[in-house]
Amino acid sequence: MIALPEPKAAIMARREAILADLARLVEPDALISEPHCLRAYETDGLAVYRQPPLAVVLPATTEEVAAVLRYCHDGGIRVVPRGAGTSLSGGALPLADAVVIGLMRMNRILAIDYADRVATVQAGVTNLGITGAVSGQGFFYAPDPSSQLACMIGGNIAMNSGGAHCLKYGVTANNVLGLTIVTIEGEIVRLGGTHLDAAGYDWLGILTGSEGQLAIVTEVTVRILRSAEGSRAMLAAFRSNEVAGACVAAIIGSGIIPVALEFMDRPAIHACEDFAHAGYPLDAEAMLIIEVEGSAAEQEDLLARLGEIVGRFDPLSLKIATTAEESAAIWKGRKGAFGAIGRISPDYLCMDGVIPTSELSSVLHRIGEMSRSFGLGVANIFHAGDGNLHPLILFDANDRESMAKAEKFGAEILKLCVAVGGCLTGEHGVGVEKRELMGEQFSAADLDQQRRIKSAFDPEWLLNPSKVFPLGAPPPVIHIA
Amino acid sequence: MAATAPSDEAELAAGIAAARAAGEPLLISGNASKAPMLRPVQAARTLSTRNLTGITLHSPAELVLSARAGTTLSAIEEALAAHGQHLIAEPPDLHALLGTNSAPTIGGTVAANLSGPRRIAGGAMRDHVLGIRAVNGEGTAIRSGGRVLKNVTGLDLCKLIAGSHGTLAVMTEITLKVLPAPERTGTIAVAGLAAVAGVAALAAALGSPYAVSAAAYLPDGAAEALPGLAGLVVHPGVALARIEEFASSVAYRTERLAAELARFGTTRAIDDSASRALWRTIRDALPLAAGVGEADAVWRISVPPSQGPRLAAAATAVGGRWFMDWGGGLVWVAAPADEARHRSLTEAAHAAGGVWMLLRAPDALRASLSALPPLSPALERLTRRVKAAFDPAGILNPGRMYAGI
Repeated sequence: MIALPEPKAAIMARREAILADLARLVEPDALISEPHCLRAYETDGLAVYRQPPLAVVLPATTEEVAAVLRYCHDGGIRVVPRGAGTSLSGGALPLADAVVIGLMRMNRILAIDYADRVATVQAGVTNLGITGAVSGQGFFYAPDPSSQLACMIGGNIAMNSGGAHCLKYGVTANNVLGLTIVTIEGEIVRLGGTHLDAAGYDWLGILTGSEGQLAIVTEVTVRILRSAEGSRAMLAAFRSNEVAGACVAAIIGSGIIPVALEFMDRPAIHACEDFAHAGYPLDAEAMLIIEVEGSAAEQEDLLARLGEIVGRFDPLSLKIATTAEESAAIWKGRKGAFGAIGRISPDYLCMDGVIPTSELSSVLHRIGEMSRSFGLGVANIFHAGDGNLHPLILFDANDRESMAKAEKFGAEILKLCVAVGGCLTGEHGVGVEKRELMGEQFSAADLDQQRRIKSAFDPEWLLNPSKVFPLGAPPPVIHIA
Repeated sequence: MAATAPSDEAELAAGIAAARAAGEPLLISGNASKAPMLRPVQAARTLSTRNLTGITLHSPAELVLSARAGTTLSAIEEALAAHGQHLIAEPPDLHALLGTNSAPTIGGTVAANLSGPRRIAGGAMRDHVLGIRAVNGEGTAIRSGGRVLKNVTGLDLCKLIAGSHGTLAVMTEITLKVLPAPERTGTIAVAGLAAVAGVAALAAALGSPYAVSAAAYLPDGAAEALPGLAGLVVHPGVALARIEEFASSVAYRTERLAAELARFGTTRAIDDSASRALWRTIRDALPLAAGVGEADAVWRISVPPSQGPRLAAAATAVGGRWFMDWGGGLVWVAAPADEARHRSLTEAAHAAGGVWMLLRAPDALRASLSALPPLSPALERLTRRVKAAFDPAGILNPGRMYAGI
């Protein structure tokens, strides 16, 4: 298990006074302090870690966020920002002496401008809520993490979320034009706007993916895009992971960038088929879901080109959807993958390493070997076009030995990803989960530079502490020249 | 001015460490093709990355390319083209506009975060930076990001360093995401439009389902230099929208786009080769470059696209020449350089909810003016802290972006 820091005794001793002070800063029903109510906030999508916070506040405005942050800063109180709590890396895991600032009440869409193709929303609007607000006009918000029904745009900023369609449309960082942030000192700062290429240092870029380490985001301006005329999926089944991996390389090398290119291995195919009855090929070792966009004729043309490429890799089967319903059926199993795995194993860890796509088959082979040596099952479901693996390690959290093995297995997979030229996380973030592995990917000098940027925003390291960076080293001190 | 151009990263790091020890500011440069941009740097010595050259990795099937910072853009474009690929952000070569005569490097292009017409569809130059090797102001070599297409491991220092104009760290090697180049391009021109109608036509094009990859508006004076418009009555201006796809899709989409835009004015389809030449001209801001002289200033103004015509009017009011890219969101302006014009244009940009960059002006003027929008107190504090976190002694390109930083 990953260690959490000892609570500050002085803060714990002042709990009642802190609660009384917080009650003056937010609306009466926006402060949560009863132990049984705090339980609702004790964990996130990495549910093996649990820790109720000191208190939770649910501000309704940017000004309330600022007031709470200013108070916490002045009192040396740690703060954990929280959106929907869907983080898979423990990014929203509380600390015993921390105040959780939950942004779920800031859920209003503030402005939509179709001529300039932007939407401004509060941080607690869900990812799908943005698309829902603009789809009537034929527009959408591009990044589409699997949790898009629940996850909030503020959390998407924190994690720089991707999704199945980011091979074509980019990740969160590529779609954000403006932010309203509150610094740990309680200062409200507006960054960017509704124009491209904000001036000065790239504040939007460094904040996106900063996992709540630098500031709290309260409002977001994103680009919205006009949807393509239509889309259609195909499903190709292969005799081995190696052949499917080679097919992915051939597709990318052909000049076609599908809007989605998803890979599932045999255990994942079986789990998803049992769950969703999507008609997946149970005799296959691997399958690809490939989606294209355009007019009916363009879809036909692209699917024919892709069918020709797939045909070179001796596929077991090739199913091209002819209707929207058939496309939805192909996606049905993939979209239900997490639920499906939940049915075959009491618990699972979802890893998120990224590898150069040329290493795909050798890495999958190694993961299979590790699975046998750890004695734990693994199902692989991932975004193949960009090499972002999601091995799901199956284990039982009630069995301490099983859990320890699962964590070790996960760490070994991530070390392998780094060793072949990849990275620890493609879209889930470091959180607490991968914090102690940072030294695998970065040198001491690399990490020190990142830690200095953390200090530049948050000199006393009060924001979302014990995440992202290995514990131990004191915060670097920045002297202004 | 004393100049050094190290031949490897270790030598460059040693140079910076020595300057740090001596408290001696350095002018950081590549090939100096963008030397006139922003504010002049007061430094006795220049440190150039021009000898750090060469492509160190190109894996076409993985959509990734790495090159040392001093590699020219053209060398990279050539290597990519040999495999049917291209740079996604379509970065410009501004040497003609800036009055320099050297070839831009990848390091300088990323340091300035310069993107071309495809910015509106494919993202900015910084969006495709997957990894960076750099040396900070203490002479320490650091690495951020990597060589894979997705990466959220730790703080993304690549984003801060890209666009920091050499003020935070000196990049030595850059890894970029690249994409297959389109098989074909085609452009629909809509002629006879004033600026407001032109931008409305571009908004219609960008709001269509045909994935328009570039959208510009040029008044007739600026449009004279453009290929593909011969015989078309442009006055008062022309809106241009590009499609980049497989050949069959370009044929289909340009036809549909022309039908949708016909309500705005006379349309003409511009075919592949003329379309490519036309967008290169716009990319490099050549419609303005020809008439710009030593006594002129050039501004690059970014506003919400619907506000573009307002900036165009402000430019006309000060006797400037201009055109718009990015669907109206990028306004290039050239005018005689003086403080009054600078104030009037930058105030108009601010009022329109946008930002600006002073691209060139006579030295005396750019030393005395802001080259970027002034910082709010909170942002100035963050800017100073971030600068100090990379470059504690303030020796890398001091004053290049902001006076005193």
